[in-house]
Amino acid sequence: MIRLYNDLIIQTVCRIMIPLIQLFAFYVIAHGHYSPGGGFQGGCILGASFILMLIAYDINWIKRRFSENKNVILIALGVFIYALVGLLCIFLGKEYLNYSAFQKLIPIDIARVRALGTLIIEIGVGITVMAVMVSIFLNLITFGKHEKGEV
Amino acid sequence: MKLFALIIVIMTGAALIYSTLDMPDWGDPNSPASLHVSPRYIEKTIEETATPNAVTSVLADYRGYDTLGETTVIFTAAVVCILLLRRIEDDKTL
Repeated sequence: MIRLYNDLIIQTVCRIMIPLIQLFAFYVIAHGHYSPGGGFQGGCILGASFILMLIAYDINWIKRRFSENKNVILIALGVFIYALVGLLCIFLGKEYLNYSAFQKLIPIDIARVRALGTLIIEIGVGITVMAVMVSIFLNLITFGKHEKGEV
Repeated sequence: MKLFALIIVIMTGAALIYSTLDMPDWGDPNSPASLHVSPRYIEKTIEETATPNAVTSVLADYRGYDTLGETTVIFTAAVVCILLLRRIEDDKTL
């Protein structure tokens, strides 16, 4: 169990670093189509930023902004987005997860359509991975109680 | 009973280690994966998926099902963690 205490230096540094970490996570997710990266890696970085917030600040502070209900919904939402994209491809007349089917909806270059389809599923994967990281960490660190422990 | 479990674990481990002896060397150009699958992906990626990154095209296009399965595995891990670890003293907190 981590000791929870307020440290001005840690909190200030986290306050500066967390937006940058999250921005980098979004970059990794969004640029995963053309460079190393993608949903799993970006989601991990995004989850790590929330975990850093959890470590630096009070757990109740986090629970007010990022409730467990919303977190569990996010876990399911990512997988749902992924499966929905696949189903959408079927309804548009191509195979499951064949992103070129989106060309019927958005008439642009085939490479761009495929990049768009990949981006949507990467966002779904990223949402799931982020929420799962936060959920597992919260459950492990508080022994499943989700409240401030005494050291 | 613990001894029985230990024997089973050791036997399974021995079988797995024995089976790795038949695997091709790491990066062997004559292994089946390098002869059929990899050249196909490298040659047809641009033509079939219009993706300049072969890793992404394998991950998201050729093996999209696999990635969906991976995401589902992570989802299942979270659900099991919540089921096993979460303790709710009063039902209003959830």
